[in-house]
Amino acid sequence: MAEKFLVEAVNDALHVELARDDMVMVMGEDVGRAGGVFRATAGLRERFGENRCVDTPLAEAGILGSAVGLCMAGWKPVCEMQYDAFSYPCLDQLITHVGRYRWRTGGQMEFPLVVRMPYGGGVRAPELHDDSPEAYYVHTPGVKVAIPSTPADAKGLLAAAIRDPDPVVVLEPKLIYRGEKQEVPEGEHVVPLGEARLAREGTDVTLVAYGAMVPVCERAADALEGEATVEVLDLRSLRPLDEDALLASASKTGRAVVVQEAPRTAGFGAEIAAILAEKAILDLHGPVLRVTGFDVPYPYWKIEDRYMPSVERVVGAARKLLEF
Amino acid sequence: MAKVAPEERDLQRVIDEEREVDGLGPDDLLAIYRSLILLRTYDERSVVYHRQGRIGTYAIFWNHEAMQAGSVHALADEDWIFPSYRESAIGLLRGIPASTVLHWWRGHPAGWWNPAEYRVASICVPIATHVSHAAGLAWGEKLKGNSTVAITYFGDGATSEGSFHEGANLAGVMQAPLILFCNNNHWAISTPLEAQTHAETLADKAVGYGMPGVRVDGGDVLAVYEATREAVERARGGGGPTFIEAVSYRAAPHATADDPRAYIDLDRVEEEKRNECVGRYEAYLRRLGVLDDATVEEIKNEALEIMRAGIAQAEAEPEPDPELVFDNAYVLPPPNLREGWDG
Repeated sequence: MAEKFLVEAVNDALHVELARDDMVMVMGEDVGRAGGVFRATAGLRERFGENRCVDTPLAEAGILGSAVGLCMAGWKPVCEMQYDAFSYPCLDQLITHVGRYRWRTGGQMEFPLVVRMPYGGGVRAPELHDDSPEAYYVHTPGVKVAIPSTPADAKGLLAAAIRDPDPVVVLEPKLIYRGEKQEVPEGEHVVPLGEARLAREGTDVTLVAYGAMVPVCERAADALEGEATVEVLDLRSLRPLDEDALLASASKTGRAVVVQEAPRTAGFGAEIAAILAEKAILDLHGPVLRVTGFDVPYPYWKIEDRYMPSVERVVGAARKLLEF
Repeated sequence: MAKVAPEERDLQRVIDEEREVDGLGPDDLLAIYRSLILLRTYDERSVVYHRQGRIGTYAIFWNHEAMQAGSVHALADEDWIFPSYRESAIGLLRGIPASTVLHWWRGHPAGWWNPAEYRVASICVPIATHVSHAAGLAWGEKLKGNSTVAITYFGDGATSEGSFHEGANLAGVMQAPLILFCNNNHWAISTPLEAQTHAETLADKAVGYGMPGVRVDGGDVLAVYEATREAVERARGGGGPTFIEAVSYRAAPHATADDPRAYIDLDRVEEEKRNECVGRYEAYLRRLGVLDDATVEEIKNEALEIMRAGIAQAEAEPEPDPELVFDNAYVLPPPNLREGWDG
């Protein structure tokens, strides 16, 4: 097993999946000649040719729209959106067609496409390179959403997304693209959608997170050592959601803090809180708390650290709950 | 020489020039007529069905039949059609049952077809978003080494959409074998063409995509056929996409819920009705000696019978099971999909 950065694991998954299935193709802005602005698609064009790693015109809705047509011709397109916030034009196609087309055909046609993109803040970038758009995607019926937090999961979830017969959006936490190198299985490696990962076991409080907030929660768990044993649940996929793992953890610890870097209102954390209120309320010792971004445009990077959920804010929420 | 009105610029015609189209024999001419009558009958019956409360709101395509039938006849069976809602019944020309399309307008879950079976994509309701689907399909077939061509239909208003631009541009870049067929009927509900674009003609837009732009009389089924056939040949031969602007005029309401008297030029509508596309073609065929009263009656009766049987079949369909709301959105549905369902 080789140690890889998360973005290298993405690249590994694409190499393995394009080699495995001749109908898988990669398309997007700067994915071919440049190998992607984060190098996620490096080497694909050289190995698989310009028709299977395609530099498209700069048109996110057109990329996803043509991917719908490519599916109708039998292809399995993996579309890269260059950045989280650059993906917003593609929401037009995602909402009006990608999530609906199979339904529209009475279930007769499949649209096994993947949209993958780097997402999230903390990287000292200009405006609109920092967003966490998962709520838009997970709110779209017909679409699945996965978010890895480790190199191995980045490979395995992307492979699962490519093999899934439904459209899947994979959000890759760019803050930890080159965070910590970790072991990644060689060759084919699939992490099924809908299975959460217990990043850390504990008994007193559950921190629920995904993507770049998982390492923040792990550091918060470290900081609370001696005060409480903290469980960190990495959801890995928002739809399908592993409710069983969520409810099991919440009922075990009786306390849950949900952490998301997206704006607060109607974020995915609210969904988690609602599920816990509906199904686990009698197991809980206190309210479900949220640590989130704020309902403002993602800030200038000189002050972004105060916007992003920090270890301190997560620890503070956990303490508040432990003392409730 | 007087300046040519933009309306008339480079407009290709066959019927008004009393020309004949190479390669079209009497049987072909009658087959086109049969398609025109089928579409016209579908449309006129649908307006009646709507008034009778037997279908829901319906987008009328009266006087658009020449654009639809003329272009479809220029395709091979394996070529793909990407309709907008204005072409909701175009699949009838590919064998989709009338009852299926009527189901769609009746809001019944039986109103679907498998696009792969008929090579007719599902009806696109939002404006122009299917242009990139057609571009992707055409490009994808080309990547597989097939000679399949795709055609996509949209209106004049659609050319204002970013989706149109992105799809057309991608088709040009990929040299996708695609025909972008613009039905320029001069109205997007109540918004006239001059409020949609400052371009002299819509076909001029093709220049910006590096593809030929052709203008054709949209009420002339043979001119539409001829222009589309040339575009199909070019696409199949590797010559890439073509933009066809078929110039017509909307002589009916946008849909059954629309009353155009508030905005449209009623004199022009009357003029268009007198010169509507089915009558023009019928007169042409009679002048050629290809069509007589008996054949007209036979073909019209045949179409009426298809519609009678179609609406009867649609109305005989049982009320849908509400459980169907959960069907078909996913191949592998998420486990909590039915959360909150009390069924």
